Amino acid sequence: MSKATKTLVLASAVATALAGLSTTASAAGEVKCFGISLAGQNDCAAGPGTTCAGTSSVDYQGNAWTLVPAGTCETMELPTMADGTPRTGALEALDRDLPA
Amino acid sequence: MTATQASFIASVLDPQAAVPQGLQNPDGAPATKRFDVYRNNVSVSLADALETAFPVVRKLVGDAFFRAMAGVYLRQHPPKTPLMMFYGDAMPAFLGRFTPARSLPYLSDIAAVELAMRHAYHAADVPPMDAETLATLAPDALLQTRLRFAPATQVIPSDYPIYSIYRANTVADAPKPVMQPETVLITRPDLDPMIDPINTATARCITALLKGQTLGQAMTGVGDDLDMGGTLGLLLRQSAVTAIY
Repeated sequence: MSKATKTLVLASAVATALAGLSTTASAAGEVKCFGISLAGQNDCAAGPGTTCAGTSSVDYQGNAWTLVPAGTCETMELPTMADGTPRTGALEALDRDLPA
Repeated sequence: MTATQASFIASVLDPQAAVPQGLQNPDGAPATKRFDVYRNNVSVSLADALETAFPVVRKLVGDAFFRAMAGVYLRQHPPKTPLMMFYGDAMPAFLGRFTPARSLPYLSDIAAVELAMRHAYHAADVPPMDAETLATLAPDALLQTRLRFAPATQVIPSDYPIYSIYRANTVADAPKPVMQPETVLITRPDLDPMIDPINTATARCITALLKGQTLGQAMTGVGDDLDMGGTLGLLLRQSAVTAIY
């Protein structure tokens, strides 16, 4: 791309970007309000830090390595892996009811 | 740190360790049970913190797997500071080499997305630049212009459909993920972090801009399918640009 072309492309990109913006509604009027959310119900996952320690009961000690992950992941269809292993097969094994 | 503290911490993180020397009940016997309660609370509260931090990873692997995995993580990576908001920042690397999760090769990148969302949430507020500022520049000056970004702005690339997987596990009725590489832009226009899918050309362009390259440089050699108007529009709309220089 020549410099003249690039200048043109960029100038029109800025024009496009600005034109698109004017139609976007702004969320003005929102303010940060701290300390009003119920536990686990913050507007956004703020991560840990409000965890109440000391109220827990039992830990799972990490000797459970017969477990394989078994969540919503097995609904995803993946093609074969780079090494040719069928990925669906590996994933199907996941939702077998293994001894907990 | 004294030897007493070091041995206390080692015992707290090792479920098999004996009660540290010198911890006694009022009757002078070793405080075995009390120490067990304390040790359990340390690991459970850290595992709880990880659950709060990585809800999508947890959903993908299931609760039992997550708790067991968290037990391994928290012993390898105990907190380095009393501030828990960024606890788990070694999770993407940890999951990348965590053998039991090998059947889910995208798990590490999903953890990276969740971590980036959290960093965006806690990032400093910086007022966005008035987008019209760009319109005041002459076309020649635009090529030489650099953008300054809000600290929440991050690009996360992946060989896996991280945007689709993240959406499918956070939004009701989101489409089912299809296996393809996806890259996301994370921003925080107002109060909540936003995640947007971007194509490879846009990702390269934004990464170059984040490194301080000029608009002219950042639109060069990143791919013929670069939509510069769309890229700038996305950055401005998500309040990612705070100034030009």
